[in-house]
Amino acid sequence: MSGILDGKRILITGVLTDASIAFSVARIAQEQGATVVLTGFGRGLSITRRIARRLPIEAPVIELDVTDPAQLSGLGDQLLGHVDGLDGVVHAIGFAPESVLGGKPFVEAEWPDVATAVQVSAWSLASLTRAALPLLGEKASVVGLDFDASVAWPCYDWMGVAKAGLESAARYLARDLGPRGIRVNLVAAGPLRTMAAKSIPGFDQLAGAWEGRAPLGWNLTDTGPAAQACVALLSDWFPATTGEIVHVDGGAHAIGM
Amino acid sequence: MSQTDIIGGLAEILEEVAGVNPADVTPEKTFIDDLDVDSLSMVEVVVAAEEKFDVKIPDEDVKGLRTVGDAVSYIRRAGVAA
Repeated sequence: MSGILDGKRILITGVLTDASIAFSVARIAQEQGATVVLTGFGRGLSITRRIARRLPIEAPVIELDVTDPAQLSGLGDQLLGHVDGLDGVVHAIGFAPESVLGGKPFVEAEWPDVATAVQVSAWSLASLTRAALPLLGEKASVVGLDFDASVAWPCYDWMGVAKAGLESAARYLARDLGPRGIRVNLVAAGPLRTMAAKSIPGFDQLAGAWEGRAPLGWNLTDTGPAAQACVALLSDWFPATTGEIVHVDGGAHAIGM
Repeated sequence: MSQTDIIGGLAEILEEVAGVNPADVTPEKTFIDDLDVDSLSMVEVVVAAEEKFDVKIPDEDVKGLRTVGDAVSYIRRAGVAA
């Protein structure tokens, strides 16, 4: 079989259920010839282990909490049990406490809650990349999942601020890792009905508007297009692209009203 | 598969995933209030049930599964359809 990820070793975070965008990335990456290792964390770890069996080839799952320095520094050793290096990393991690998401007064957010959102959703792109760096080969690719943070959205609140941080972090990482040949890009997907979306009160408001605005239309339950874009960015077919945000949103971002 | 077999299977899953006493798993019990299964555990219960009973339980149907009895009827119907 010949695929665009033949021989590549890819670390994929953020697979919780088979509705996760990262699950589709893992599936398509395997179909395209990649060896995939998943990470899971906390109480979700046992779910990720079950879901890993639903991939075309069952993928190993290692525990990784991106806010835990010990687990981050142990990532390399854990990975070496499964692969001898990495050609790609997928960051599909985000979290904001309920108090700063879902239409509560934006101005009243408390710093510890905002800090959690920024740490888990933005800083983690750097912490994950740093942990993987010793294993990353030349021409490696880091891809993160984003939600367009250039404007304000209903209900997204401080998660939107965290995503703005993620976008900026991706540009700085692209700056610093470019000389090593490593690319860092984001895929800004339209709204998708994943577990992550379920935890955003007011998701339907956002989702409803999207279907009307996207020139190509938008399917809220099809994670395939966003995943295909991730796989393309992991491949050798974007060799001169870094610090970029690819919108996979049916084109909604390009349309004013 | 009989109702008793399905309840037994669900009880095993609930014990493994959420530490529920199998004796408490009876048709009228609600997952959230009576058995104290939170939303993340419910996700795992559904995933495990799909595997054990060889059915597919789409996310939009999970909301409708309030009690153990709801889940049993759902699994019986889905099993027949498959």
